[in-house]
Amino acid sequence: MRFYQNLTISQKQIAWAWTFLALPVLFYVVIRFYPTANAFVLSFQEWNLLGARSFTGFDNYVRLYNDPVFWKVFRNTFLYLILGTPVSLVLSFIIAYHLDKVRFMHGTIRALYFIPFMTSAVAMAWVWRWFYQPVPIGVFNNFLATLGFGQIEFLSSTTNALPSVLAPAIWAGLGFQVIIFMAGLRAIPQSYYEAARIDGVSSWTVLSEITIPLLKPTVVFLVVFSSIGFLRIFDQVYNMTTNNPGGPLNSTKPLVLLIYDTAFNGFNMGYAAAQTVVLFTILLIVSLIQLRLLRDR
Amino acid sequence: MKLMNSFRTFMLGAATAALTAASATTASAVEIEYWQYFFEARITAMEKLIENFETANPDITVKMTHFPYDAYRTKVAAAIPAGQGPDVVQLFYGWLNDYVEAKLIQPLPADAFPPAKIEEDFFPMVKAMRMGDNYWALPTAVRSLALFYNQRMFDDAGIDHPPANLDELVEMAQKLTQKDGAGNLTAVGLTTGMTAQDHHWIREVLIRQYGGEPYLDDYKTVNYNNEAGLKAFNFYNDLQAKHGVTKASFMDEPQAAFKAGRAGMHIDGSFRIGALESVRGLKWGVAELPAGPDGTKSNYASYWVNAITSKAEGEKLAAAVKFMEYLTTDEAMQIWLETVGELPAKPSAAMTEKNINDPVYGPFIKGLEYARTTVFADESGQRQAMVDMMQRVELQGQAMDESVAEAATAEQKILDGYYKK
Repeated sequence: MRFYQNLTISQKQIAWAWTFLALPVLFYVVIRFYPTANAFVLSFQEWNLLGARSFTGFDNYVRLYNDPVFWKVFRNTFLYLILGTPVSLVLSFIIAYHLDKVRFMHGTIRALYFIPFMTSAVAMAWVWRWFYQPVPIGVFNNFLATLGFGQIEFLSSTTNALPSVLAPAIWAGLGFQVIIFMAGLRAIPQSYYEAARIDGVSSWTVLSEITIPLLKPTVVFLVVFSSIGFLRIFDQVYNMTTNNPGGPLNSTKPLVLLIYDTAFNGFNMGYAAAQTVVLFTILLIVSLIQLRLLRDR
Repeated sequence: MKLMNSFRTFMLGAATAALTAASATTASAVEIEYWQYFFEARITAMEKLIENFETANPDITVKMTHFPYDAYRTKVAAAIPAGQGPDVVQLFYGWLNDYVEAKLIQPLPADAFPPAKIEEDFFPMVKAMRMGDNYWALPTAVRSLALFYNQRMFDDAGIDHPPANLDELVEMAQKLTQKDGAGNLTAVGLTTGMTAQDHHWIREVLIRQYGGEPYLDDYKTVNYNNEAGLKAFNFYNDLQAKHGVTKASFMDEPQAAFKAGRAGMHIDGSFRIGALESVRGLKWGVAELPAGPDGTKSNYASYWVNAITSKAEGEKLAAAVKFMEYLTTDEAMQIWLETVGELPAKPSAAMTEKNINDPVYGPFIKGLEYARTTVFADESGQRQAMVDMMQRVELQGQAMDESVAEAATAEQKILDGYYKK
């Protein structure tokens, strides 16, 4: 007690600050940092969940490097990112841009776009999975067959499966992106548009010279947000392909699903940890690049 | 027969004597713990068994704990080395190696469970639970495959009996297949799906029926990249590619197509019975798997086993042995069959007049006599090798022999990786 009384006010403030910080610090150490560190160590070990762990050096990483499935999965993961992010951003911008001008039933339409975002990804994936089935149960193929067209193999084709899985994932995220874009659009001062109107510039110029440049912070935020989302895609893929997770022939398998499969079906915890470290590194690099872009503003 | 009976009586007597000796030292009550994963019917059945066991052994209480399937393995692995958790534990037969290696379970004492007697009493596939001179675990119930057929579709097609062999299977499937005007399948003659039970059907049944043996050296060496294997895979692939009586992933899942009445025949395990019984308006029957070209019959069986953990010692061990003995009695097996729908693991319990003539369980039980159990190193990985093999042929037009060779290499790699330790 005496010791405390002898402290200066600023020292006391520091002591209290650390007292309050202790809880979140402890929480992060136990819940985040310890498991993360453990995963790093595990990636150099062999472990089947039972029994003892044994060190194997870089074996897991060498195996990863030589595993054709890993490279296929690596490509898929980036395909989800490269297709998913631009398509969802362009779509949501177009929707937001036009929705912003609609007055008639504005709230209802906006809600309709937002509902998929609130729906459980699992339920949605299963409904889409059934949509995609061939005749006699798939809605899309039944429609095509009624019109006399041939069937399209959605999920059971190595080329169509990935876009088919991606489509509902994009659709689900659209509502959120639309809302953010609309907030961004509303934040642009009306005076710029008034000035443009007085100068008589075309609406294309207004869009490309005023709206889009001023939306940059919104765009950067959404790019970061949706890239991380697509890099971590799992629910949609897993639920739409549970019979053959990530199939056919690994054509839809993302990194997270590979990790899950290695860890909890193959019980190869060390190898799974090595894959996790790779995913962590990718996410870190992508986030760092995007943070740098943010700072350039 | 008489000799065998007297041998049995002797062994039983010896076991009882050993146990009485063991339990004589335990005057006070013992509590042992039993763990299994959560599946409602299994819990109900086990509650019944525990109740019966406790009535017969008033000085022992059994506490059952169950976990969701996902968490099961981790919990077991964490608890036993810490000296906690179960004395008797349930595990999938394919996990035995891992459990033994991790020293989570101990061998069943040979005086209470003499290997010779087990081999005489149980169906032959239970041999997979023997390592060296000891048995490490024993099942109460097993599951086998059979052919489900849609009675109404059979009647409409004028078929009066289920297929007895593979030729009949193809012929009947052709009669049962329905297509719309544009040639799209609206009902398949036979469901197929490598991701369901078909990889077992090919491995342990078709390959053997075409004269092959799927694995050598106790399932450590892949042996289907040869003529017999190719014949089996070609037969399977032709069902879709040549005869057009099926389509992989038709209606998403084979069992869904059968439930919806859009599949004439469907190969599945005995665990499907419960689900089919609750489908209204579906009239179905069960038959043994069709025999091969030369009349060979084969089947695949899998099972969950119970084992005594390495944590059980002294009086708890004695109680655990008693409990294990009860779990492997005919009575326990009949209760399990009636509650869970899984088949008794011993011919004495399974092959009773009542069970064998049961229209639903009968064909499954007959299959047990010639069923095999694949010893998997990584079941999902090994299944994937077969799934990919068929899809390379179907989706990428790869030649069957190349695809089989590629799959054999991939599967051998999994096996080598597992057994290298």
